[in-house]
Amino acid sequence: MANIVQTAREDLALTYPSPLKEFWQGFSFNKGAVAGLVFMVVVLLAAVFAPLVAPHSPIEQFRDHLLTPPSWMDGGSASFLLGTDELGRDMLSRLIYGARLSLLIGLSSVMMALIPGIILGLLAAFFPKVLGPLIMRLMDIMMALPSLLLAVAIVAILGPGLINTIIAIAFTALPAYVRLTRASAMTELNRDYVTASRVAGAGLVRLMFVTVLPNCMAPLIVHATMSFSSAILDAAALGFLGLGVQPPLAEWGTMLASARDYIERAWWVVTMPGLTILLSVLAINLMGDGLRDALDPKLKRAA
Amino acid sequence: MLLFIFRRLSVLIPTFLGVTLLTFGLIRMIPGDPIEVMVGERTLDPVMHAEAMHRLGLDKPLPAQYADYLTNLLHGNFGESLITRDSVWHEFTTLFPATLELATAAMIFAVVVGLLAGVVAAIKRGSIFDHGVMGISLTGFSMPIFWWGLILIMFFSVKLGWTPVSGRLDLAYDITPRTGFMLIDSWLAERADPSANAGAFVDALKHLILPAIVLGTIPLAVIARMTRSSMLEVLREDYVRTARAKGLSPARVIFIHTLRNALIPVLTVIGLQVGTLMGGAVLTETIFSWPGIGKWLIDAISRRDYPVVQNGILIVATLIIVVNFIVDILYGIANPRIRHAK
Repeated sequence: MANIVQTAREDLALTYPSPLKEFWQGFSFNKGAVAGLVFMVVVLLAAVFAPLVAPHSPIEQFRDHLLTPPSWMDGGSASFLLGTDELGRDMLSRLIYGARLSLLIGLSSVMMALIPGIILGLLAAFFPKVLGPLIMRLMDIMMALPSLLLAVAIVAILGPGLINTIIAIAFTALPAYVRLTRASAMTELNRDYVTASRVAGAGLVRLMFVTVLPNCMAPLIVHATMSFSSAILDAAALGFLGLGVQPPLAEWGTMLASARDYIERAWWVVTMPGLTILLSVLAINLMGDGLRDALDPKLKRAA
Repeated sequence: MLLFIFRRLSVLIPTFLGVTLLTFGLIRMIPGDPIEVMVGERTLDPVMHAEAMHRLGLDKPLPAQYADYLTNLLHGNFGESLITRDSVWHEFTTLFPATLELATAAMIFAVVVGLLAGVVAAIKRGSIFDHGVMGISLTGFSMPIFWWGLILIMFFSVKLGWTPVSGRLDLAYDITPRTGFMLIDSWLAERADPSANAGAFVDALKHLILPAIVLGTIPLAVIARMTRSSMLEVLREDYVRTARAKGLSPARVIFIHTLRNALIPVLTVIGLQVGTLMGGAVLTETIFSWPGIGKWLIDAISRRDYPVVQNGILIVATLIIVVNFIVDILYGIANPRIRHAK
């Protein structure tokens, strides 16, 4: 008897790989996604261990080394691998510490949009008579403004700074989450398992968060990845406009704002921060593609 | 069709009211009150403060203030700038052609290159060209365009000296604005007075090229990706096989039978780019000192010119809402399935 059960289990294991393994197979099939993941892991580690990894403090000014070129160029110094900026601060250290800010802004603005977005989206799906249309109209209004312009407006009013940047970006990202959650919850609500759960006496909160929500997560996770990358872009754009994180804090976009004046003399001051932003955003978008392939085969062919 | 327009219109008006609520609310979230902002750092006598509040209607309850605000807007009164004392509407109409010219050039660049790249990538699916287009468009999609602008300036303007760094026209030219579009104005001026304005048109064109490329980059990436996937979808259809089977030339099959049907989703995407363009214009105009709406708004923010910020954003938002409405209607005309869907 025990033997039969044992064999049956093994058979089952042969036919159905564990969800995690299945996910990894789908994800790793996409080579770009794996490359993106590796890059982001490196960035994440550098950000977490910034004090250990960075050769200098991000705000220490080496007065004898203003605008030193990268170490492989003439006049470069081995202690400043990527050169220094106009105040003699080490570029590499600023980029590493900048990763902390960019990841922090990305992560917290995604969370601040995702959680209210899910709640509002579920409410809109569960109450399609009055509350639903009301929420959706509100979201339409928020979507009428381009996200960067709305973020600029919010920061203009609240004042520049780290927290306000996060609030502004989260606010502009909210409508997409609400619409996405509502759309997938609406299709799930017609399924038999939801009816079964309802008949079995599940309460509203249980229906919303335990029965329906887990089945709506795939597109939400994919979208969260994509909006993580656009949060980094928007934060950098705000920083570039002088409305984001304020100096002397090293934020990638803020670093570019002052770089404009050195365009003729110091290409590395201009190139490095932008390249870091581009590569990070690209890596996250590649990961997003891989996640989409792995989590949501239905979406595979969408653009 | 009328019913369809009416249904879309009934969404438009609440959206517009919502935006006015938003701009009305934003300005009231400023720390301190507008009077303090207007006088700046100086201290203000409380009596004068109260008088100013009364004069501007700021001592009324909020709903009454909102009603005043709406009444003013409906009378076409968008307030005046605290700095220049010029009316916001007048400033907007003076600067808008510059943004429109830039956005149009960017969109022409994005649509022409994006459609071509997308079509060729779809036809040569799996080739090096296809992978190249997809790779470049993903990079373009991830591009921080303010940095992209700096890199282009560094290479083409500073290193090669091919294009000017900023502005719309060399200061040596003195051209009276007629249409507000520098390309047209400079061309007209050159025709009217060839000796004084020789080369003005080319100069205006040189000023336009880099900003247009920068602003067009993200729409280009989106359009190329969308065209490719939409083409691939249509190429699988039976009627395309039929067209091939009856011996039509490949060019005819691709451009008449396939592309026309593949264009429908692409058109929607193009319509959606209007918002992206306005957001991108803020950055592009800042980098290239392009005297348009985006730079105007950013300058107003840094000068704390709140009436301009408030109603400038309102005008831009209204513009986007109206453009999206028109795109919706056009889409309904082009595709009856949309029109009759609920």
